[in-house]
Amino acid sequence: MNIPFDATPRRPRRVSQTTVTLAHGGGGTAMRDLIEDVFLETFAGVAHPPAEDQARFDLLALMTLGDRLAFTTDSFVVDPLFFPGGDIGSLAVCGTINDLAVGGARPVALSCAVIIEEGLPVDTLRRIARSMAHAAAEAGVSIVTGDTKVVARGACDKLFVTTTGIGVVRAGLHVGIDRARPGDVVLVNGLLGDHGAAILNARGDLALETTIESDCAPLHDLVATLIAAAPGVRMMRDATRGGVAAVLNELAEASKVGVRIRELDLPIRPEVSGFCEILGLDPLYLANEGKLVVVVPADEAPAALAAWRAHPLGREAIAIGAIVAARPGRVVMETCFGGERIVDMLVGDQLPRIC
Amino acid sequence: MRFVTEFRDPAVAARLIREIGTLAARLERGRENPIAVMEVCGGHTHAIFRYGLEGLLPDIIEFVHGPGCPVCVLPMGRVDDCVAIAARPEVIFATFGDAMRVPGSRKSLLQAKADGADVRMVYSPLDALALARRHKDRHVVFFGLGFETTMPATALTVLRAAREGIANFSVFCNHITIIPTLRALLAQPNFGIDGFIGPGHVSMVIGTAPYRFIAEEFGRPLVVAGFEPIDLLQSLLMVLRQLAEGRAAIENQYARVVPEHGNAAALAAVAEVYETRPTFEWRGLGSIADSGVRLRAPYAVFDAERRFAVPDIKVADPAACRCGEVLTGALKPWACAAFGGACTPDTPLGALMVSSEGACAAYHQYGGMRGAA
Repeated sequence: MNIPFDATPRRPRRVSQTTVTLAHGGGGTAMRDLIEDVFLETFAGVAHPPAEDQARFDLLALMTLGDRLAFTTDSFVVDPLFFPGGDIGSLAVCGTINDLAVGGARPVALSCAVIIEEGLPVDTLRRIARSMAHAAAEAGVSIVTGDTKVVARGACDKLFVTTTGIGVVRAGLHVGIDRARPGDVVLVNGLLGDHGAAILNARGDLALETTIESDCAPLHDLVATLIAAAPGVRMMRDATRGGVAAVLNELAEASKVGVRIRELDLPIRPEVSGFCEILGLDPLYLANEGKLVVVVPADEAPAALAAWRAHPLGREAIAIGAIVAARPGRVVMETCFGGERIVDMLVGDQLPRIC
Repeated sequence: MRFVTEFRDPAVAARLIREIGTLAARLERGRENPIAVMEVCGGHTHAIFRYGLEGLLPDIIEFVHGPGCPVCVLPMGRVDDCVAIAARPEVIFATFGDAMRVPGSRKSLLQAKADGADVRMVYSPLDALALARRHKDRHVVFFGLGFETTMPATALTVLRAAREGIANFSVFCNHITIIPTLRALLAQPNFGIDGFIGPGHVSMVIGTAPYRFIAEEFGRPLVVAGFEPIDLLQSLLMVLRQLAEGRAAIENQYARVVPEHGNAAALAAVAEVYETRPTFEWRGLGSIADSGVRLRAPYAVFDAERRFAVPDIKVADPAACRCGEVLTGALKPWACAAFGGACTPDTPLGALMVSSEGACAAYHQYGGMRGAA
């Protein structure tokens, strides 16, 4: 007898297992279920319909936002996946939004590719997807395309996330690492080193009790605020890996200028200072995920600081130093009682000193 | 930060610098050579550079950066031994972070890790013991490194492992002791150091009495110092006062931490667990009698050196290295032909470029405007 096709119920597109297995990367229904259940459902509202293999954009609509396309990509492998103040999902969204924003671009859309180690709890993946959706929605950015791969245990560490973003650069705005000039002022939007300290501490092997949280935040709005207040802004960077020290060194080299900062002006919360004291670390090299380092002409600095301080992400904004002609390529810090030292780039990671 | 910011007070620093200036001007009369003060400890070297102290002092005063950076003075052959132990499949090799980048003759522990060795960074030897409890099917080797500062913690960890009967744990002991090395330096002909700033953390364990010979036999003042900039300035002032008054004594500026007789519990653990080696090799300085320790026979099962036949091959430093001369103050870091060229923090040739506490690395990182630039 003929069994009518309709008698076989269509499989509900839900993941039934509690952990991700290699089957979820195999291209069959298990993979489709995972993508639809965990990602598409979660990204609904911020994600476009899934029908095609690529996202498509209306060029004319993009051109109303500015005159150049900005395009960037970043991979996130943070361990642990969850930490005070954020998780790998919010980090992956904010990180790429920030890389677009500091070029003067309005972020438009993101892609999200994940590499999952088999055995990851599906609930963990769900929490991270929700966190990404939340961060993207808050920033008004869509996650428009993505990819999922599952690899054997040991081939990656729990979860790696890659986000790629496009944005449109405001017409007439030109910022660059090589545009700083002597006389300009260096500003930051708040407390330094929180993310790096929070991550080191969240790994748990220090057994230090602190309340330090990651500063992970999307900075595009703060960038917009700055551009409105200081249209002559020369350079913007988010001070992630390598910290403020790395940004200032790149700036000094590319602009062929000296950078002079004052230790007493560096905004560092007492917990982070204490954390660094104990471990022999320097907060200038700690990563941030919500801090802008910008260079503005001196006459625009007061307006820039006032505008930032009225913004929730810029309340502790401060000028930390100035661009000078002396010692081009070098960053010099005036120490807390008038001594001087060079602030160089690090070779690798900061390693805690033994005594 | 209470108890820290007080020791970085610019007004206090300014007063101390004025006093140092006055005294230095008095000492300068009738003198051709600079007043050379050796800070023995790498932590002091780091602080001097971090706060830019040299630039604040009169030119006549010269800091000579001594041999107190345990990572720097570790000979290459011992790093090779570490790499050989770490390469064994059953071994988890646990080390302090800043020992990871020290170059051996072929590779560093960081490179060994990339090549598949299970090397883990720990913050305390007790973390290594915890690893041994967690991984009963593996053997955890802790890389015991440092002066009397870290020696007691390793000793107490060995004692705990013995008490708990943990069989899969051992220590590759490279602990060293500063006193014989200071004696060896002082005994050199033409040793041009006028006075010492003594190591604060080592003294917290051993007290101040072991330094007496420096004043009594060699007529040099030594002031045990803390690690904050005000500590260092005050200690320097105390050394200069002794020189001006023609005295040589052992004084303690760091009395808030360092007791005269040291830490009895720590010293007891050290005496229980270690014995002195006949000699130990120091990178840049060569072999020095009685300057290293190893585990005593009752703790032989916790001795990685006895457990694994380590190659223990002596490897000479590259010929271009003049670390020994820098360590004794005979040569300034930037005057070495290799400095900043063949030898950089990225690709260190010599001992002193290895750790941020090494004099050459400190000049390279913090003081590039001086000399070399």
